[in-house]
Amino acid sequence: MIVAIGLILVAVGTVVFHFVSPWWWTPIASNWGYIDDTIILTFWITGVVFVAVVLFSAYCIVKFKYREGVRAQYKPEDHKLEWWLTILTSVGVAAMLIPGLFVWNQYVTVPEGAAQVEAMGKQWSWHYRLPGADGKMGKSNVRLINDDNPFGIDPKDPNGLDDVLVDGANLALPMNKPVKFLLRSVDVLHNFYVPEFRAKMDMVPGAITYFWVEPTREGTFDVLCFELCGVGHHAMRSQVEVKSQADYDAWLKEQKTFKKALADNEVTIEQLIKRADDQTKKMKDALPKGHLTH
Amino acid sequence: MKILETLMQKPWTAEQIAVDNTEDGIAVAIPPSKLGLRFFLGSIAVLMSLFVIGYSDRMVLSDWHPLSEPWLLWVNTVVVIASSVLMHLSLVAAREGRFDGLKSNFMLAGVAAFAFLVGQAIACNQLIAAGYFAADNPANAYFYLLTVTHGVHLAGGLVAWARVALRMRAGEREIAKLYESVDLCTVYWHFLLFVWLVFFTLMLFT
Amino acid sequence: MAEVYVPPAEVEEMELYHAKSWITKYVFSQDAKVIAIQYSTTAIAIGLVGLVLSWMMRLQLGFPESFSFIDPSDYYQFITMHGMIMVVYLLTALFLGGFGNYLIPLMVGARDMVFPYVNMVSYWVFLIAVLVLVASFFVPGGPTGGGWTLYPPQTITSGTPGFGAGILLMMVSLALFIVGFTMGGLNYVTTILQARTRGMTLMRLPLTIWGIFTATVLALFAFPALFVAAIMTTLDATLGTSFFMPAALDQGVLNQHDGGSPLLFQHLFWFFGHPEVYIVALPAFGIVSDLLSVHARRHIFGYRMMVWAIVIIGALSFIVWAHHMYVSGMNPYFGFFFATTTLIIAVPTALKVYNWTLTLWKANIKLTLPMLFALAFIVTFVNGGITGLFLGNVVVDVPLSDTMFVVAHFHMVMGVAPLLVIFGAVYHWYPLMTGRFLHKGMGLFHFWTTFLGAYTIFLPLHYLGLLGVPRRYFEMGQTTFIPDSAQDLNAFVTVVTLMVGLAQVVFFYNVFWSARKGEPAGHNPWKAASLEWQTPEVPPGHGNFGPELPLVYRWAYDYGLPGAKDDFVPQNVPPGAEGAGGGDAKA
Repeated sequence: MIVAIGLILVAVGTVVFHFVSPWWWTPIASNWGYIDDTIILTFWITGVVFVAVVLFSAYCIVKFKYREGVRAQYKPEDHKLEWWLTILTSVGVAAMLIPGLFVWNQYVTVPEGAAQVEAMGKQWSWHYRLPGADGKMGKSNVRLINDDNPFGIDPKDPNGLDDVLVDGANLALPMNKPVKFLLRSVDVLHNFYVPEFRAKMDMVPGAITYFWVEPTREGTFDVLCFELCGVGHHAMRSQVEVKSQADYDAWLKEQKTFKKALADNEVTIEQLIKRADDQTKKMKDALPKGHLTH
Repeated sequence: MKILETLMQKPWTAEQIAVDNTEDGIAVAIPPSKLGLRFFLGSIAVLMSLFVIGYSDRMVLSDWHPLSEPWLLWVNTVVVIASSVLMHLSLVAAREGRFDGLKSNFMLAGVAAFAFLVGQAIACNQLIAAGYFAADNPANAYFYLLTVTHGVHLAGGLVAWARVALRMRAGEREIAKLYESVDLCTVYWHFLLFVWLVFFTLMLFT
Repeated sequence: MAEVYVPPAEVEEMELYHAKSWITKYVFSQDAKVIAIQYSTTAIAIGLVGLVLSWMMRLQLGFPESFSFIDPSDYYQFITMHGMIMVVYLLTALFLGGFGNYLIPLMVGARDMVFPYVNMVSYWVFLIAVLVLVASFFVPGGPTGGGWTLYPPQTITSGTPGFGAGILLMMVSLALFIVGFTMGGLNYVTTILQARTRGMTLMRLPLTIWGIFTATVLALFAFPALFVAAIMTTLDATLGTSFFMPAALDQGVLNQHDGGSPLLFQHLFWFFGHPEVYIVALPAFGIVSDLLSVHARRHIFGYRMMVWAIVIIGALSFIVWAHHMYVSGMNPYFGFFFATTTLIIAVPTALKVYNWTLTLWKANIKLTLPMLFALAFIVTFVNGGITGLFLGNVVVDVPLSDTMFVVAHFHMVMGVAPLLVIFGAVYHWYPLMTGRFLHKGMGLFHFWTTFLGAYTIFLPLHYLGLLGVPRRYFEMGQTTFIPDSAQDLNAFVTVVTLMVGLAQVVFFYNVFWSARKGEPAGHNPWKAASLEWQTPEVPPGHGNFGPELPLVYRWAYDYGLPGAKDDFVPQNVPPGAEGAGGGDAKA
């Protein structure tokens, strides 16, 4: 009996905790409400199964408690029952999976005309770049990174010159405009996550990954690194400010372009190109030249 | 499918009980050591396949600079094929009850395998001397990785071979007692020959 | 051409190895039962190190800025080593090396494993692997702190603790573990397939054996992926190759690598890592089926379905690996495939759960300690299993991945649940191993504290994860979205963790105390039908079964057989003798 009560308490306690727990997700600030909905749906379906299984077990151990001389039922299988259970489970699983896949399809399909923002992870800080007036992000390469070119923008790519390099660690985004985040890392794996957006993706050195989001609520939200990236992982922070279009435009005006940043540092684009060429030559020289005679 | 039939059995029914009581407890009609070896080869096959997958994943990228395989590798390939053939002849001799054939072919197979390993080591050294360092290009790195992995497995086989060879040197002449070991060696040799041929073909063309 | 191997008509008595000295009997032993004890004690010893590490990390999480002896490097080393030790060196080694070695020969009716010498070497290689792992704590820079997943580039770049000697020793240790395990694994599968006693068909085997068998097959085919990953990482770190390492900065300086793929490592790691989950889970599934059946005095319900489920889960576990990588930056369209396969696995898994509970239906349930642990397993496994449906459903995983939700999920499903099975199994088979029961009072205390305590630890962590608390954070610091109460919850969880940890002292005391002073259990005290309880001696002697191997006439679950005298009929009772009373069939 005590055991049965213990099991029932666990089941009931879990449900009660679920409903009264003050620890719950932060209010959403993006278009990904469908993700929250899918989670709620999953909670309901799986919660019912959990409670049913535990209560059924509790019932059995009371009802069929050991009595001397009693024999258990000898019935090795029950096809009908097993079929029903298989079908019901499959239906339940499909009820979670199918909506989930629909939402995933949205998640991987970036809407046309989404603005681009590059988020660059670097142990242990965040850096942001916007495409500038031409709407095109300049090419970049980790090899080109130096003090004058912190993003490693290819100096030969004309699209890069008007790129906006966000000063300070904070990024601003306009309300209700879809944004495609282009994620890149210059050292190790990182992961860009704003809990209020519900959307995240790893940043992989040597590749550009992406996700998209449409901010739906004004406010200042934390950006955290969600992939262990070394001793400073927990301190790798930044903030995203979601602003009205007018505020956003004002903010944008204060930011420097790549060209302006170079001018401020008294570096010319030609100097950068020369440095890049030297680098390429050095790498070519390092390739093996020896060949064996056949 | 025997496996599916097995899985469909209802062991509690009277009919099945009658059948099951004649069970000998042996799933496959081969000695345990041979079954164990098959699982082991399965495990190695996964290992080697993953190397091949990694290789094919990498070779399509533009910075892959194929290295020129030294001609010695062709010689080595002939030697390792010979080793497998000799091992097989040893097994055939064992089946036909010819101890002398078993012993001489078995010994030669081991010597050939050893020669192959020496040849592979020389080939690697030639490449290093010619400036193909593992760190410089993925093609080089994969070449050494594949060659050494294969070599280490063959070296392991040579340990098993040496144990059998020592038994023969110590005067073991009874074919029945040697048969299982020779059989296992042959299977292993053929498997590693196959692995090498796959590796070599892959490296030759990319 | 190849001559057909004709199995001997009479089962040939294996040429048993006989120990000639104390050393070969107890140290370099080739007896599977001794090897089982060696494997178990080594695994538990290193597991205790893992337990202490978890206390250290919980101290930091519960009371940040209170312990000056824990800095971020230490913390990340603690979580890394805790994870690796628990998953590989404790659970895998204990289930397969420990329980596998002890139970396989006894349950299939063999005198020993088919390759006893290889079996012995397997243990000693495992021991060396553990020692190398321990050594990594004492090298300059300490053990690796790259997370148990060991993702490059971080594990081998200087921003991560233990990026030098630590990670190399980790890789060497894993490689050794795999070599050692393979030797043991070949023994387990071959013994189960080729050395069963007469009458023991595959479908008469207890589910414990099916679980161990399938897990071993998975391990033989999955560990090579980890081996490949370990070799390539080692080469990247030492020779400067670029298998996984791209051109990137290392503390601001451009490294010498070019073009490697960090994602390739992740694919290899999880191609091993996901089957690894089932390498731990399937033996637990098997063992718990047997505990439930024996103590509920009823056959397992749907035996065939249980076997199929084990086999299907094992097969599917090779095509779901990338569900660990939904937000890794791999091609996002893979998400559709892997979410589908992952949720399909839920169906056979759910059927196993139903069949466990249906085994209780119209049974005659004895609430013994093994039964209690089995029930607790069902609760925690279902709880941990359903959160798997969250994380497996690709889009739900997006906000939850790398949060405490994940930590709570896998601890519940492959930490707490299998450990409860291990405890249940110890209470169940201890009388066979020693001839005495474990003390019931101490056992009950241990059960309730462990079950309710562990549940109390991990249930709330799910909700911290929903809140957005990340895993692998040395400290949360200031955020705009985490309320202060989350810290109170963390402190509470830490206190419970320490208490549950301390309760394990009672368990270990019980194990030592009962070996001498426990209530004598006699022969087959649980009235179990499977073969390991039918040995002439308790504990089973060298060669297990006395002069003659038992003959098997029935499946392992003849409980409540109509017409039998007792409520169970051992597997070696011939047809027609059921009425004579099962318990005395052999003695």
